[in-house]
Formats: sequence, structure tokens, C-alpha cells
Amino acid sequence: MDNLLSIVTFLPLIAAIILAVFLRGDDAAAQLNAKRLALAATSATFLISLALLVEFDPNDTGFQLVEETTWLFGLTYKLGVDGISVLFVLLTTFLMPITIASCWGVNTRVKEYMIALLVLETLMIGVFVALDLVLFYLFFEAGLIPMFLIIGIWGGKDRIYAAFKFFLYTFLGSVLMLVAMIAMYVDAGTTDIVALLAHDFDAGPITLMGWQIAGGMQMLLWLAFFASFAVKMPMWPVHTWLPDAHVQAPTAGSVVLAAILLKMGGYGFLRFSLPMFPVASDIMAPLVLWLSVIAIIYTSLVAMVQEDMKKLIAYSSVAHMGFVTMGIFAANQQGVDGAIFQMISHGFISGALFLCVGVIYDRMHTRDIDAYGGLVVRMPAYAAVFMLFTMANVGLPGTSGFVGEFLTLIGVFQVNTWVGVLAATGVILSAAYALWLYRRVVFGDLIKESLKSITDMDRRERAIFAPLIVMTLLLGVYPSLVTDMIGPSVAALVSTYDIALAAHAADAMVAANN
Amino acid sequence: MTGADLAILIPEIVLALFAMGALMAAVYTSKDGMAATLTSGTALIFVVTAFYIGVTADDTRMAFGGMFVDDAFARFAKITILLSAAAVLLIGRDYMQKADILRFEYPVLVTLSVVGMMMMVSAGDLIALYMGLELQSLALYVIASLRRDSVRSTEAGLKYFILGALSSGLLLYGASLTYGYAGTTLFSGIIETATAGEMPLGLLFGLVFVMAGLAFKVSAAPFHMWTPDVYEGAPTPITALFATAPKVAAMALFARVVYDAFGGAVGDWQQIVAFLAVFSMFLGAVAAIGQTDIKRLMAYSSISHMGFALMGLASGTEQGVTAMLIYMAIYVTMNIGTFAFILSMEKDGRPVTEISALSSFASREGTKALALLILMFSLAGVPPMVGFFGKYAVLLAAVDAGMAWLAIAGVIASVIGAYYYLRIVYLMYFGQAREGLDGRMGPVQYAGLMAMAALIALAWLPGVNLLGLEGMAAQAAETLVR
Repeated sequence: MDNLLSIVTFLPLIAAIILAVFLRGDDAAAQLNAKRLALAATSATFLISLALLVEFDPNDTGFQLVEETTWLFGLTYKLGVDGISVLFVLLTTFLMPITIASCWGVNTRVKEYMIALLVLETLMIGVFVALDLVLFYLFFEAGLIPMFLIIGIWGGKDRIYAAFKFFLYTFLGSVLMLVAMIAMYVDAGTTDIVALLAHDFDAGPITLMGWQIAGGMQMLLWLAFFASFAVKMPMWPVHTWLPDAHVQAPTAGSVVLAAILLKMGGYGFLRFSLPMFPVASDIMAPLVLWLSVIAIIYTSLVAMVQEDMKKLIAYSSVAHMGFVTMGIFAANQQGVDGAIFQMISHGFISGALFLCVGVIYDRMHTRDIDAYGGLVVRMPAYAAVFMLFTMANVGLPGTSGFVGEFLTLIGVFQVNTWVGVLAATGVILSAAYALWLYRRVVFGDLIKESLKSITDMDRRERAIFAPLIVMTLLLGVYPSLVTDMIGPSVAALVSTYDIALAAHAADAMVAANN
Repeated sequence: MTGADLAILIPEIVLALFAMGALMAAVYTSKDGMAATLTSGTALIFVVTAFYIGVTADDTRMAFGGMFVDDAFARFAKITILLSAAAVLLIGRDYMQKADILRFEYPVLVTLSVVGMMMMVSAGDLIALYMGLELQSLALYVIASLRRDSVRSTEAGLKYFILGALSSGLLLYGASLTYGYAGTTLFSGIIETATAGEMPLGLLFGLVFVMAGLAFKVSAAPFHMWTPDVYEGAPTPITALFATAPKVAAMALFARVVYDAFGGAVGDWQQIVAFLAVFSMFLGAVAAIGQTDIKRLMAYSSISHMGFALMGLASGTEQGVTAMLIYMAIYVTMNIGTFAFILSMEKDGRPVTEISALSSFASREGTKALALLILMFSLAGVPPMVGFFGKYAVLLAAVDAGMAWLAIAGVIASVIGAYYYLRIVYLMYFGQAREGLDGRMGPVQYAGLMAMAALIALAWLPGVNLLGLEGMAAQAAETLVR
């Protein structure tokens, strides 16, 4: 199959168009048809995407399965995957059927909901496979439209504020990146990411309005990309849109947001910031590391005092993304390996946690922690599942959460011991808030009248959690599944990064001696 | 000699004769009874003329000793003007009929103003420029107050006329200064003086005044004051016309003057255009936030869009002119779609323009709401809609010309502007359910809305590539920037 990636990317969009054009009516039968078609389309996408595992050769560090067609304005429509992106594609296709299945209970404007989710899937996959700057930007930015609608139409009671905040925050971050991309095109004469990875952007210091800027053009470009990815990630202090968006979004929206959309920032750092602007990354790495540590500790503390379950998990996501940025900017094999692993694993775990909240929200229509307590009496299966993912969120060895945190900590210890030490306290704090949440919701006496008739998970809900449990445990005991896939590409990334830095240092030395 | 000159002007002559013929025919027959047919017929004539211009494309030709220029640039602008005017006539016909203002003068005046626009974009001389501009403007002043018994419509026409006369005065003053210092009104003569060594101060003054007059016509800030009031007061089909064809003509004329007459002195006008661009982008974005009337909102939106188009011009390169032309073509497409929708906004059979009337529109009319959503995101410049590619083209031109600051200002303005486009989407999709618009929409308007939305949503796909717009615009820009 020559255009495997195009098929995987656009299959959900085709399903969305079919839904939009052919499905009529809004009765129960039409709604069920919409859900079924969406589930079938996402499942088919997942099955086809499994072919990537067969076709992909982890030892080849270049881009594979490349497709290229000419496009307008001298751009190219170019797709391809390497070791860094291939697993994100699979993560997306794996999670989407689960997400669709989780919204079986929705019954307002189901057709539009399914269309929005399907379009979103196409755009998310597109971000990870695009090999042209503007094509990447197109997918990256277009994802805001369906997400804006998902939060705004199917969200909670403050959904409008949250939707606007989400859109404008991320839009502002990205448009600066667009200007940087155009500047890169003007400088390098191409928007092909493969060619840009080999292009040497000028890192000589420049003076701008009387300010001497170390790292020169690289630094300006790096900052513009950082503005976009840091918001998307989200990093402290630009994370404030995330808790609002999460709390107001419907369950499926939260799952997609936490499990996949947040990974775009990390992917962007790995695809653009680190390899294209190594000198600027090196100069800014300490800042990013410290911002990450602040994110880990501060948002963990904030998570502890939350009264809304979704908000708590949202803050916990910010803390876990702190480990990711920390690992990436440690810029060594363990750090970057760990960052990617953490992103994949966080995709499963945070997705599952939001689904867990969704299960009891569907029954009680409240997310207040105080409204619950003693659920274990009526919902033993739910208690077990929630327990597993709470532990995985804490980073218990044997679950995938542990591997990512451990690797990033090893990576960062080699670079900056203090950051490593302080970040490690984040693991303790995450245990504190996660276990406390679990204790308040699941244990204790079942004294609330309203909870006395609550029912345990039904068969559909159990089926949704099964694949997530399998993946969390499998990656926990056998992390090589992931590291073997990403290892060679990460090694290549790290070595080109080091070589670029060494070359720059040598240049600077020569310049100083003259 | 004269015969050869006239052959170049065939499209203009045909349209002018058609306008006079229609006028005579209507006067001697049933008058307004034939207005509907005449409107459709005029649209057809426009399309045929555009087609004629497209197929008879030739090298650059001059008529009347260089006063009239027929080059690829003029042809691109003329085709855009003719097609958008035809589309506006068609989508507005039912509305005019229902409001009982479809008089036979309407298509006749539109035709005359289109002839004026075609003269403008082909002007090779300051006098030809002024003649085209005034023919266009005078016809538009009258159309703005077509609803004679409405205070707001007559007020709009009067405001437009007074401020338009002021800007014409500025332009004439600038033209006379230019003539005084260059010794000729021909662009080809002016450019010789402008490029021969230091530019005389008087000529520079002339340039500034001419540009101020033109900035008024494209409604660039700070010469935009008339726009919201005229947009609001004029009947909606006429607002749709104001927002499309005259903007293209004025922008093309702007490019014509700065390149053909002052092409060598890029540095002298570049800062002015850049200032107009920045000011327009921000003013359009910020001032639109508080609007409650969708026509006023579209007025500020057009000011902001003119800022972006001027950004392309400000870069002072061939690429910049290409980007400007692409931007204008996309802008016109988006506006025709949006106005097709606005024209259909009715409540209990009466037209409404309050934005709040859109509340929860999507739950009743899913398809139309989706089409408007596409247009709104495109106006905001969010990919993958085609509007994004227009913005991309002008930003690329600006950065390539070393004006990264202008590009950064532009994207920040576009984020501010995104807010009010989102607000329309928000009302349609998240608004509280209440008595809203009637769902009815004329077939022509429906077709216009859907066709434009489909174009905006899909024309970027690889293989479609904006229907070759880029190549045509590049060809047009090439003849202008030498």
C-alpha cells in the first residue's frame, strides 16, 4: 500500500462526510446508526493503522512510508512517519474507538457529535504524519475547530467561557508559530520538514532594538514555537486554559484532550524545537527544566485541594506533562525515551481516569468529590478499575506510569541534579493527591442516600476499560515494546543534537580566537 | 488608430451601451415590471463579459496614448469584479423584490458603476483614474440611498456622498500636485520623474494625497469612518455589493498607482501602506467586538481584511502583489457566501440584522449553520479553510520582504478578530433556544451560500489547488511589477 498514511489519516473524515450527507433524522434509530458508523470507522482505522507496525522498520531512523504530491504556493503535501511519530499515530487510532464507545449514552445532537469526533481524529493523525511545515500547521490548528464545538455544544454549564478560552489561548500561541514557519521558509527556501531538519539555522548572536540575543535567529524561531507548544502542552504558567476546558468538556472531549491533544506539544518540541534549533534549545533548556519542576510541584499541590474530580485529574495531567518537557529538554537518550514513553502511557492512563469520572458522572451527574464515598460497596468492579489507574497515575512499578517517570528522572539527573531531586518529590505528591481522591470517592462508609442505588459498570463500560488495562499493564512490565520502536530514532535525534552543539561551540571558539 | 483603440475597450463599451439601452427600454416600457428580468440579464451580461475578457487574453495593450491599459493585471481584476457583481445581483434579487425596492435603475446603476470600476483598474493616467473613480462612486452614492422613503438609507447615501466628495477632493489635490511636479498626468511620465534621482517634495506630497484618497475608497483606517454607517444604512443587497466589487477595484487601482506611477520609489510609499495596513487590521478587529448588527460587523471585518490585503501591497514585491490579488479573490468569495446568508435572515417574514437573532440557529437549520460556520472560520483565518491560505500568502510576502514585524502585528490582529467570528458560531451552536430566524431561504441565496462554503472548505485540497488562482494572480502581478 503506497498511501497507507493517507488512508489512515482520511478514513475518519470520509466517514464524517458520509454521516453529514446521508444520515437524516434525529430519532433513536438514526442516533444509533451514527454511533455505529463512527465506531466502525474508527475501528477500521485502527485495524488499518496496525499495518504500520508491520511496514515500519524501527532500525531505519529516517522517515518511512513517505508520500509526496505537489500542492499550492510551492508547498508539498508530504506525509511520513519515523520512530518518534509512529506510536502517536497508533495511540490516536487506538483511543478513538474507545472514545466513541464511551459516548454511547449521549443523546443530544449525536450526529454532529460523531462528525466532530471523526473530523478531530483525522486532524490529530494528520499532525503526527505531516512532513510539510504548513501542512503540519493546518492540521495542528484546524483541530481547534471541532474541539471548540465539542466543548461548547456538549460541555458543562460554563462551557462557553471554557470554549472561548481554549480557542483564543491556543490560537494566539500558534499564530506566532506560523510567522516563525514563514521565516523558516524564507530562510531555508523549503517547507519540507525533512530538508529543514538538515538545514542549519543561523545561531550567531544578533542585536534587536539594542538587545543582544544569544542564539540569534534560532532563538527567535525557538521562542515562537515555544509559545505555541508550551500552551498546547500545557506548561506552567500558561496552563490555565486546561482545567477550565477539561471540567467543561464532555467525557469524550476530556479523553481526547488529555490523551492525544496534549501530546501535540511534546511532539512539536521533538520534531521542531530540539532538532531544528539545537543551540537555542541548549540555551533555554535550564529555563524549561525549572518551569517543568514548578509545574510538577505547584500543580500537584493545586490538585490536592481540588473539589472537582475532573479538575483534579486535569491538574495532575499538567504535572505529568511537566515530566515530559523535563525529559525532552534533558536531551539525552533516557530523557527523550522517557518523555515519549510518558506521553504514550499518559494517553492510556489519563484517558482511563477521565472515563472513570465519566462512569460515575453518568449515574450521579455531579463531579464533586464530596458527593461520593463508599462506592466500593455497590461498585466493586469499578473500584478495582479505578484503583488500577490511580496506581498507574501515581507511577507504581508494574504499570506504564512508572517507566516514563523513572526514565525522565534518570535523564534529568545526568543534566541537572537539583531539578531531578525536586522533580522526584512530584512522584510523592502525585501519590498524595491520587490516593486521597481514591479514598474519598471509593472508600469510607456508604452513607449518602443518593448513592445507595448506584449500579456497577455494565458490560459496555467494562469492554471500554479492558484494552486500556491491558496496555497499561503490558507497557508496565514490558516497556521494550515502546522503547525498541522509538530507540533508534531517539538515538539519532540526540546524536545530531550533540553534534550540532559541538559544531556551534567550535565555531564560537574560532570566532573568539580571531 | 482610433478603431484599434476602441477594440481594446470592447468590454467597457458593450457594458456602457447595455446600461443606456436598458435605461431607454425601461423608460419607454413597463418600468419596474421588467426590473427582475433586467437584474438577471445584467448578471448574465457580466458573466459573458468576464468570459470574453478571459478568452481574449492578450499581451499588454495600450489605448489612447497610454491612458487606458489592458494587461493581465487589469484583466484579473476585471474578471473578479464582474463575477462578484454578477453574484451579488443574483443573490440580492429576491430580497429587493420582497422589500419592494427592485427598481429598474438598480441593475443599470450597478452596470455603470462596474464600467467605472473597469476603467479604474485599467487607468494609465490620472485623468482616466479620476474618471473611472467618479463614475463608480456616483453610481454607488445613488444606489446607497435606493430606499428613498427610509431615513437610514438616505442618510447612508448622503454620508457616503459627502465623505466621498471629500476624498475625491484629496485625490484631485494630490493629482494636481503630481501633475505640477511631473509635468504630465500619464503614469509612464510620472514614474520617470519619480525614479530620476531624488523625488521632488511636491511629488511626494501629491503621492500622499492620492494615497489618502484611495485609502478612503478601500476603507482602510484611518479613512474608514463612512464604512459602518453606509453598510448598515444601505439595503442589504447593496451592502453586499459595497463589500465586494468596489473593494477589488479600489485595491487594484491602489496597486496600479503605486506601481505604475511610483514604482521606482517603493521606499516612499511602503511605510504609508504598512501604516494603513496595521491600523486597519487592528481597528477592524477591535471595533467589531462590540457590534450587535451583523452588517456593521461585516463593515469592520472588511476594514480588517483590507488591512491584510494592504500588507501584501506593503511588501513592495511582485510576490506581494500576487498575494494581494489572491487575498482579494478569496475575500470576495467569502463575502458573497456570507452575504447570501445575511440576505436570507428573516424573522416573521421581515429582514433582521441583529446578531442575536442567530441564537441556536444550528439546532434548527444544521446545514446552513455549518456553511456559515465554515465561512466564519475562514474569515477568521483558521486552517484548513481557504481564508487561511490568503493570510498565509500575504504573511509570506511580508516576511520575505523583511517586514516580519508587520506579519507579527497581522497575526495578533487576527487573533483578536477571531473572537467576533467565533461569537457568531457560538450564538448559532451554543446559544439559548429562543424564537429565532425563519428557516426560509431563496434558492439562489441557498445555492450561493452552499457553493461558496464548499469552495472555501475544499478548494485547498491537493489536486484542486485553489482552482489555479495562484498562477493567474502571479501572471497578473508580473505585468504590473516590472
